Amino acid sequence: LVACFVGEGARGVPLSGHVGFDSMPDQLVNKSVNHGFCFNILCVGETGLGKSTLMDTLFNTKFEGEPTQHNQPGVQLKSNTYELQESNVRLKLTVVNTVGFGDQINKEDSYKSIVEFIDTQFEAYLQEELKIKRTLHSYHDTRIHACLYFIAPTGHSLKSLDLVTMKKLDSKVNIIPIIAKSDAISKSELTKFKIKITSELVSNGVQIYQFPTDDETVAEINSTMNGHLPFAVVGSTEEVKIGNKMVRARQYPWGTVQVENENHCDFVKLREMLIRVNMEDLREQTHTRHYELYRRCKLEEMGFKDTDPDSKPFSLQETYEAKRNEFMGELQKKEEEMRQMFVQRVKEKEAELKEAEKELHEKFDRLKKLHQDEKKKLEDKKKSLDDELNGFKQKKTAAELLQAQTQQAGSSATLKKDKERKK
Amino acid sequence: MEELEKDLHLDKALTVIWSEIHCLHDDIENLEGYVGFANLPNQVYRKSVKRGFEFTLMVVGESGLGKSTLINSLFLTDLYSKDYPGPSQRIKKTVQVEQSKVLIKEGGVQLTLTIVDTPGFGDAVDNSNCWQPVINYIDSKFEDFLNAESRVNRRQMPDNRVHCCLYFIAPSGHGLKPLDIEFMKRLHDKVNVIPLIAKADTLTPEECQLFKKQIMKEIQEHKIKIYEFPDTEDDEDSKLIRKIKEKMPLAVVGSNVVIEVNGRKVRGRQYPWGVAEVENGEHCDFTVLRNMLIRTHMQDLKDVTNNVHYENYRSKKLAAVTCNGVDATKNKGQLTKSPLAQMEEERREHVMKMKKMETEMEQVFEMKVKEKKQKLKDSEAELERRHEQMKKNLEAQYKELEEKRHQFEEEKANWETQQRILEQQKLDASKTMEKNKKKGKIF
Repeated sequence: LVACFVGEGARGVPLSGHVGFDSMPDQLVNKSVNHGFCFNILCVGETGLGKSTLMDTLFNTKFEGEPTQHNQPGVQLKSNTYELQESNVRLKLTVVNTVGFGDQINKEDSYKSIVEFIDTQFEAYLQEELKIKRTLHSYHDTRIHACLYFIAPTGHSLKSLDLVTMKKLDSKVNIIPIIAKSDAISKSELTKFKIKITSELVSNGVQIYQFPTDDETVAEINSTMNGHLPFAVVGSTEEVKIGNKMVRARQYPWGTVQVENENHCDFVKLREMLIRVNMEDLREQTHTRHYELYRRCKLEEMGFKDTDPDSKPFSLQETYEAKRNEFMGELQKKEEEMRQMFVQRVKEKEAELKEAEKELHEKFDRLKKLHQDEKKKLEDKKKSLDDELNGFKQKKTAAELLQAQTQQAGSSATLKKDKERKK
Repeated sequence: MEELEKDLHLDKALTVIWSEIHCLHDDIENLEGYVGFANLPNQVYRKSVKRGFEFTLMVVGESGLGKSTLINSLFLTDLYSKDYPGPSQRIKKTVQVEQSKVLIKEGGVQLTLTIVDTPGFGDAVDNSNCWQPVINYIDSKFEDFLNAESRVNRRQMPDNRVHCCLYFIAPSGHGLKPLDIEFMKRLHDKVNVIPLIAKADTLTPEECQLFKKQIMKEIQEHKIKIYEFPDTEDDEDSKLIRKIKEKMPLAVVGSNVVIEVNGRKVRGRQYPWGVAEVENGEHCDFTVLRNMLIRTHMQDLKDVTNNVHYENYRSKKLAAVTCNGVDATKNKGQLTKSPLAQMEEERREHVMKMKKMETEMEQVFEMKVKEKKQKLKDSEAELERRHEQMKKNLEAQYKELEEKRHQFEEEKANWETQQRILEQQKLDASKTMEKNKKKGKIF
């Protein structure tokens, strides 16, 4: 979508005939029709408030039975896409339902998966938009264009879950609050209920979608309808015979609630506003307001910012490059840090091991010394034994010598004696 | 030519019917089962009228080819008048690029029309690079748009990109000039080029036919991509489109002067031999050009500019940025990612790389430590073993020594005992001798 600076810096000139550019809107419309349209509705509300039935009634078809795609993006959000056609207009409709909303005991985080889902669709579009080779004109837009918030028909006031959830969603999506199963409320109660709801929304600063009043062709009807919000709706796919026509209605013993009877409920108003008059505006608001807000926040989060408008014009390349260099620098720094850490560890471990080695050597030096001492002792002992041995040997030898001498002397003496005797 | 006119009248009638259908809306709404999203086109219509439209048309050609006159004829206005003289009135030394912006209204529809003129184009003696200022202009508009689109705070973006370039070919009757070929080749990737034969009233119909054939042949030879009409499913439309294609390039005549011919007031050029009528299909293709450019394909020209030419520029520009400092071969597959996603991926890749590096370093570290510890253990064991051995050795020696001593002691004891016995014997013997001596047994 490109908005137009009509007439800025341009001078008006009169035309002297029919040029033919008044066909431009038709040219544009023809292209859109050929391309097909797409619309995504999110239904938020507690189980049993008739969300699916209302969708069936609004689009006059039985949805659950004939989807063309099943997407399950979140834990609690179920989305289905349908291809519808009416005369020559093709519509790719996606209906997202919150499953299990409000069923938990602790509902503090209930809104989170809804916000996450909406953000995911924005993110997908943003990623596509930022790609180098992109195909935006054939991109299937999954961003939520309208959020129907189903309020339980208590007749009193909004539940705190409703206020909390709507407050979290109002800057992300166009919220259209509706009173579900409103055939449970009487007309007088309904008026009071609507007033109470509206004042609670205002006092809590919840921004709901306002039907636009800037275009004269629809300003009147839109502003009237704005006064009827929130719409009290009844949905039904069953038909009852009223007079000689079959109409969609709910039959009670005390009467029949006709869905398309404006005295019975605001269904027709909802259909008129949502589909017939403001569908295009809902898409436009989603793109130019909610999506832009998301995009701006996301880019700022990543550190992008516009340069001063007075200085030289913003250059995308330079920002990307600067971001990239910063980013690469960070990565390199991290790498260096890790390396340094390892070098440090290695050093420490080396010192440790060296210590251990030193200790080991010291231990063995001591042992060696001990061993040396022992050896010395042994040597000494050996020496003393050897000395003793030598001494003994000497003694022995001397004694033996003496003995031998003595024997010799004795024997020679004996010989002499014998000789003498023999004389 | 007449058929074309009939078709146009049909067009007008359909327009009327279409507005009547708007009025039938209420009746249709009451049809049962009618959801109402068929009203979407009306909503789009309404919003587009409120927004207004923009269109930028560039005209390129040598001076004197009637560019300004043609613009005035196309838009039935004096875009270039006494107060705002056209560039043809000014003498330029170098090629300039000038723009004039006007706001025109018709049938409730507002159009901001920008005409970009290129005075001096092809007028010099040496015309090398005379297309450069034109390319620079187109690129600068793309750049403005890209920058506006890339801002964090985006506001409504004016679309000043050039949606169409009418290239005026001099009616020489022979063929394209080298300058024509060069210019179109350089610009066909940047803008929708529609070649026109200017001042077609100097060519006879036969000469014109031949000239057109020659030009189209040369355009094909040089692989010049001129603006092509989009395919359409509608049979009526495709017939029309085929007819237009056969007439390309369109031969046009423009005029600021209204002349009376047979009671009709027409725009035309008065000659002694007659009046060449601008809007006469048999005289020239002006009506075809006008219908195609303004009444039927203006939106398509904008869409092609946005979806094809601008995207080409953008992807080239952004690819250049992200290629900086990164291996070029790595980038081939990354053109389909947005720079943010690319950075995210690089971040993830880097985290993985760091993890891998970390585990590798850890492994090497552990391994080395294990090695060293093992070595220490081994040497400790070795030393222990040696120590044990030495100890054993020593112990053995001790034992030996002990035994030796023991032996020695025993021996000594024996010997001493022996000696003692001997001593005793000796003593006894000497005692006996003494005794015997004493007894006189001694001689």
